[in-house]
Amino acid sequence: MKKIYVNEQWCLACHLCEYYCAYANSGLSDMVQALKDKPLHPRIQVEQRGTVSFAVNCRHCSEPLCLKSCIAGAITEKDGLIVIDQDKCVGCYSCIMACPYGALMPSESGVMQKCELCATNSHGLPVCVQGCPNQAIVYEER
Amino acid sequence: MGINYLYPDFEVVRNQDRCISCRVCERQCANEVHSFDEATGRMKADESKCVNCHRCVSLCPTRALKIVKTDHTFKENANWKGEVIQDIYRQAESGGVLLASMGTPKDYPVYWDKMLVNASQVTNPSIDPLREPMETRTYLGQKESVIKRDANGKIITKTAPQLKLEIPIMFSAMSYGSISYNAHKSLALAAQELGIYYNTGEGGLHEDFYQYGKNTIVQVASGRFGVHPGYLNAGAAIEIKMGQGAKPGIGGHLPGSKIGEDISKTRMIPLHSDAISPAPHHDIYSIEDLRQLVFALKEATAYTKPIIVKVAAVHNISAIASGIARSGADIIAIDGFRGGTGAAPARTRDNVGIPIELALASVDERLRQEGIRGNVSLVVGGSIRSSSDVLKAIALGADAVYVATSALIALGCHLCRTCHSGKCNWGIATQNPELVKRLNPEVGSERLVNLITAWNHELKEMMGGMGINSIEALRGNRLMLRGIGLHETELNILGIKHAGA
Amino acid sequence: MQYVIIGNSITSVGCIESIRKHDTTGAITVIGEENHPIYARPLISYLLQGKTDEQKMTYRDEGFYQKHGVQVLTGRRVEKIEVEGQLLRLDDGSSMQYDKLLIATGSIPFIPPMKNLEEVEHRHTFLSLSDAKELEAELQPSSRVLIIGAGLIGLKCAEGILERVQSVTVVDLADRILSSILDEEGSARVQTHLEQIGIRFHLGDSVREFCGQEALLTSGKVVGFDILVLAVGVKPNIALAKDAGLAVNKGILIDQACRTSNPHIWAGGDCSEGWELLSGERRNLALLPNAYMQGETAGYSMAENEQRFENAIAMNAIGFFGLHIITAGIYQGEDLCFATEKGYKRLFIKDDHLVGCILIGDQVARGGIYTNLIRSRTDLRTLDFAMISEQPALMAFAQKVRSEQLGRAQ
Ligand SMILES: Cc1cc2nc3c(=O)[nH]c(=O)nc-3n(C[C@H](O)[C@H](O)[C@H](O)COP(=O)(O)OP(=O)(O)OC[C@H]3O[C@@H](n4cnc5c(N)ncnc54)[C@H](O)[C@@H]3O)c2cc1C
Ligand code: SF4
Ligand code: SF4
Repeated sequence: MKKIYVNEQWCLACHLCEYYCAYANSGLSDMVQALKDKPLHPRIQVEQRGTVSFAVNCRHCSEPLCLKSCIAGAITEKDGLIVIDQDKCVGCYSCIMACPYGALMPSESGVMQKCELCATNSHGLPVCVQGCPNQAIVYEER
Repeated sequence: MGINYLYPDFEVVRNQDRCISCRVCERQCANEVHSFDEATGRMKADESKCVNCHRCVSLCPTRALKIVKTDHTFKENANWKGEVIQDIYRQAESGGVLLASMGTPKDYPVYWDKMLVNASQVTNPSIDPLREPMETRTYLGQKESVIKRDANGKIITKTAPQLKLEIPIMFSAMSYGSISYNAHKSLALAAQELGIYYNTGEGGLHEDFYQYGKNTIVQVASGRFGVHPGYLNAGAAIEIKMGQGAKPGIGGHLPGSKIGEDISKTRMIPLHSDAISPAPHHDIYSIEDLRQLVFALKEATAYTKPIIVKVAAVHNISAIASGIARSGADIIAIDGFRGGTGAAPARTRDNVGIPIELALASVDERLRQEGIRGNVSLVVGGSIRSSSDVLKAIALGADAVYVATSALIALGCHLCRTCHSGKCNWGIATQNPELVKRLNPEVGSERLVNLITAWNHELKEMMGGMGINSIEALRGNRLMLRGIGLHETELNILGIKHAGA
Repeated sequence: MQYVIIGNSITSVGCIESIRKHDTTGAITVIGEENHPIYARPLISYLLQGKTDEQKMTYRDEGFYQKHGVQVLTGRRVEKIEVEGQLLRLDDGSSMQYDKLLIATGSIPFIPPMKNLEEVEHRHTFLSLSDAKELEAELQPSSRVLIIGAGLIGLKCAEGILERVQSVTVVDLADRILSSILDEEGSARVQTHLEQIGIRFHLGDSVREFCGQEALLTSGKVVGFDILVLAVGVKPNIALAKDAGLAVNKGILIDQACRTSNPHIWAGGDCSEGWELLSGERRNLALLPNAYMQGETAGYSMAENEQRFENAIAMNAIGFFGLHIITAGIYQGEDLCFATEKGYKRLFIKDDHLVGCILIGDQVARGGIYTNLIRSRTDLRTLDFAMISEQPALMAFAQKVRSEQLGRAQ
């Protein structure tokens, strides 16, 4: 299955992935409308320290600890894709407790969100990867 | 501070309705033009630092930015143009030589744009390159002009060493030091994939790049940086750099500040020492001296590699080329006055040398007249901007072309011409690791391969239109060219007729 | 092959899902006493709070059993396990044969003796959906609710009902709340938060006796109430296992493949006692993630694809009115404390390993990175501990480790 992988060496800490992600999952068709003067809630986050930086998002683990820990059965696996049903989520933070990568975070409404590889929004292909200026994140089979 | 006589050249125009304050521009501008104003929550810009490299514009996700040329103006006239006035202010302030980068921006005639190409109609059918074979492969090196036989009467097929090019285009010399590791790697990867060559420039060859040796031309320049037997044998050919189009007659100077660990090792000079290339080679004062070096290099590589001699296009270029063709060199590379540079004195760049089109035409003609055209292949460079420039160069007599600026543009260069600042926002002409990182060679090489492949398609298409199906048949075929808006002398030098004639 | 599972909850789901990864044909039967579609117990407080409903509460889709080829008997209770005949006796008099049995009977409320408790009319436990629904049926805007137990269940119950009743008072024998998972500072912070929202506490106190609608506390205080919730704790439900002669302690003793002392029987979840990583001892970990993973491990073993669950630790995620808490591991060794206005963090380090953490408020983000350090027994000398103790981040790992984490298929 294709997943997002990080080529840390090429990350520029431009943070564009975060903006593209927040836009892609806003449900709006205009980036300005989606993001202007609003707090940003991306599902991918750039870690940065000195000259090192890289983006972190859900790894879509084959042994997903979030799924095994979710108290609501809100996290499920579909053909390798780990998705979260925000309707079922009650915001208990068990998944945050379990995820070894720190890849889940609360959404604006308090229920959890995570990267779903843009398979569940209208974009189809991971927008962060498309927006990365330096192929520091790639979407491929490994 | 005194009086500031200089007004910024550009204005940063930000559409506040579109700006989402993502601060990408701020993070990506090494010139520190953009900043975030905590008080208003808005981005602001200090345009006096802007060099118009478009990094911010290209990365702005909402297209909120544009950089425009300021319409602020001096009271200029045809003689005292704004830039002339500005240069005087600058020098009055600094007392120094004006430095500049890339090829001259001055308004000299571009002869490529004053030549038109022929196409077949009726009598000589055109060829569809998608259906019929079209040969763009070419070989560079000395060609025998007579058939030789051995004692048994058998034809001797052994020829002098050749460079085999799948496409008659090569990446010309840009040293590691003037451009970044990643830029070099992009060129090397692309040359390998395209079946062509890139050129190390005068800075030696980084040990990581020996693996691309089959597609590498190693350069020996007046500073002899990084030259050792391993280096000479690492590439497919050796180029002796006598001159450079952007700064004929001038040496080079890479400041010690740019000589970091890697570069010092590659150039074989002490860390942080200035890398000075003398104006002349101190052991070359005549064609005979040049011949010595040519053969010294042949000896060092057991006569397995062609030797290129690169010169700048200057007034007596045809006589110089004639000398070189007799020096034992296999290939002559001529660099026109528009050729790029990492740093050159502005006055030299803008006033010294001649256009490559004229140099090429006169050299090709002279060598033919002297019956020594086969002694050498001719490679020309200095602002080859498109496949039609390539086509016209070959029709004027070149065997292949060198491109540098076009390659850099493919890598992201926006010709902001501030390479000498070391702050190239595109990771090309810089050694700052944070900036170098911006050029992922995977991305860079793909873009180069795309560019040259596209040019090759166009070349084939135009050749097909002319009813020509190989580079061999196009080379020196000046009948395929006509001048437009040129006067008699120019047409004579170019050896072409005027359009309509 | 006849797989039988007693108990229809989280452990069972883990078991079914892993059996089916390797055995798509064996028959699976689940016998569950409760008469609801499968749900997770932790949600019952959210149900009362209105954050979920019975429909959304189902732990797996409607088609789950069918998709996994499972036969379910709900509302059926197993009365006896006959190990010799590999036979179960059910409450309707029927019996069932098993080749491989999983006991996942969960936990039952623990109720300490209190004088006159039987005479309290509106008395509840808070463990099951039925409990929650019964409690809900009695809630009135004028109700005064008394909860015995300031642990996870008692406080979740308090959160769930606070806005629907007049008052909630919590009594606990311990002198601080959530004493099993928090340290003193943590307890104090959470308590302040809950008090600000309106919950009243009587700590270090207990009910001496009930007197009609009043509870007389040991301290001499008197608390009036309309509804009583008993949430002192839970204990493993081991009656069946004990009766069948399986080795038990507090819970049913299991190994790292979740086998009991009987070769045909496995156990997991709240009713069991398996090996805990940090203490090296057997512990009852009545926590949902543990239940799932033990069920899963048992399933693998039952389907003869044995995998060992070797890194079980205690880990809790809990929140009250927007204040979130994550805790994990054991609280031993040296510790590091960080306190901010909106949060609190304490890390426990023993022999160069992180063994425990308490994260509250603004410190919970990416807490799984700490949990993972504990579970994976990462030697802290292999990473930048100063950095990671400040903030959980992958940045603190060696670049090589990180490129594995982010550049490899997981
Ligand atoms: C209010 C509440 C809040 C909680 N919150 C959290 C939380 O936030 N995080 C967390 O990690 N954990 C939490 N827990 C604990 C969590 O619910 C349990 O760890 C988990 O449900 C255990 O699953 P299990 O499958 O082992 O057992 P259970 O869920 O207890 O299921 C056991 C099932 O077996 C059935 N059964 C028992 N005996 C028989 C029999 N003889 N025949 C047939 N069926 C039988 C029972 O009826 C029950 O349905 C909470 C628990 C409660 C009650
Ligand atoms: S926060 Fe939501 S998704 Fe995460 S474990 Fe809790 S209920 Fe499941
Ligand atoms: S220097 Fe380049 S990046 Fe900086 S503001 Fe100007 S155009 Fe943008």
